[in-house]
Amino acid sequence: MNATFGEAGFPGRLIAVEGIDGSGKSTQVRLLRKWLERQGARVYLSEWNSSEIVKSATKRGKESNLLTPTTFSLIHATDFADRYERHLVPLLKAGYLVLCDRYVFTAFARDVVRGCPLSWVRKIYGFAHLPDLTFFFRTSLEVSLRRILDGRQKLKYFEAGMDLRLSNDIYESYRIFQGRLLEQYLAMSGEFGFRVIDANRPVEVQQSEVRKIVVDQFDLENYRMPGLSL
Amino acid sequence: MSRTAPKSKRTRSKPRRDASKEVSVPLPPPTPKRFYGHGIPGVDPASLAGKLIVVEGADGSGRSTQIARLVSWLEGEGHPIVQVGLKRSTLVSPELEQAKKGNILSRTTLSLFYATDFADQLENVILPALKAGFMVLADRYIYTLMARDLVRGMDLKWLKNLYGIALEPDAVFYLQVSPEILVQRNFMKNQALDYWESGMDLGLSRDMFESFKLYQARIIEKFQLLQKTYRFTIVNGDRSAEEINRELRARIGKILLRGKQD
Repeated sequence: MNATFGEAGFPGRLIAVEGIDGSGKSTQVRLLRKWLERQGARVYLSEWNSSEIVKSATKRGKESNLLTPTTFSLIHATDFADRYERHLVPLLKAGYLVLCDRYVFTAFARDVVRGCPLSWVRKIYGFAHLPDLTFFFRTSLEVSLRRILDGRQKLKYFEAGMDLRLSNDIYESYRIFQGRLLEQYLAMSGEFGFRVIDANRPVEVQQSEVRKIVVDQFDLENYRMPGLSL
Repeated sequence: MSRTAPKSKRTRSKPRRDASKEVSVPLPPPTPKRFYGHGIPGVDPASLAGKLIVVEGADGSGRSTQIARLVSWLEGEGHPIVQVGLKRSTLVSPELEQAKKGNILSRTTLSLFYATDFADQLENVILPALKAGFMVLADRYIYTLMARDLVRGMDLKWLKNLYGIALEPDAVFYLQVSPEILVQRNFMKNQALDYWESGMDLGLSRDMFESFKLYQARIIEKFQLLQKTYRFTIVNGDRSAEEINRELRARIGKILLRGKQD
């Protein structure tokens, strides 16, 4: 298994949040970022699938239904590599706390559910160091489904795993697909030392737990701007 | 058709052809296919009836000329042809073009971007054509991509895993041209050297002419390394287009006749 950034001698640290759609992880990581910034830490948040140059290709692929499991996997790996090489690594070398809304585990779960071999996917991401801390926001399927449906009226095609032809009914397909993702996440939870957060609880309760874990593991002093006292 | 007034030299110098002997088009015998690794989920290599022929070589190696001649020859012989090449996928080619212009992507990103482009064409063009019994002529394949990545320091094992999706071709011809001759051919064609084909992103030399020669020599080295695993046919590309074409036709002729080269 790859080393974490800390083990590899980087001055910065990487915190990843993972979970199925609707687990509330994006809300939590945004709140965490705000709080860390207020503590004076240098923080950078990177989102899955957000590389400037790759994003338009992914979007076209999704809209025109051009993506197969293999190209879906590779284009997301390309997006990740771009962010990794251009943002994450330089910032971690400069001593930032980098927060990632989804990390390699998202690919491990999704690509495998789509039928790509686990070892192939893992080796592709073999260039990436592991996070120093990974939160897994665990919700029941019902809760996450309700959160997604309350927020938006329609489910997205790939989010519902419609490309897998699990069911003609998009809600049924979503349920099956997200259930399989959850299984994949749980299967690797121990291997990668996920800190499992019960995400069926109110946002504030979860945020308190997240903050506590972060201060217990990291001395925030180390991530302040050098030469500045706050 | 009247043959009494031949219009071109070609028909005059050749004896009248007996069309009845050219009616039958031999069907190339099937040969077992395999993927280098796990391949593409759900695709059975046994269902791929057509032949996949790859021509590799640097810009200026005469690749395009050879492919054009081979296509015209093979179609003339009655074989259906589909052509593929790098950077031609619907999925990512506009972004790849843009990325190359700006030189903004790092090596892993560029490597994966090209792999995506390859996978898209493999699944949407190459495999369906082979299934339908077409001959696929590929203007470069994974080996060029691997050689470029290796020169940029990517790990061979990582690349082999990545391209475990690729189908093993029925034949791969690598047109090996010495860097000195490559330079001259590039100047004859464009009067300029290409930034990427000169490996300018590697910082080998600020002089483009020097960089081109250094870079191409390294690419040749990597092709020779890859040849040990992938066993492609190295074709001496320093010769004339006619000589090279004769060799390629002879080799492909064997595949048409016996299903494989040897």
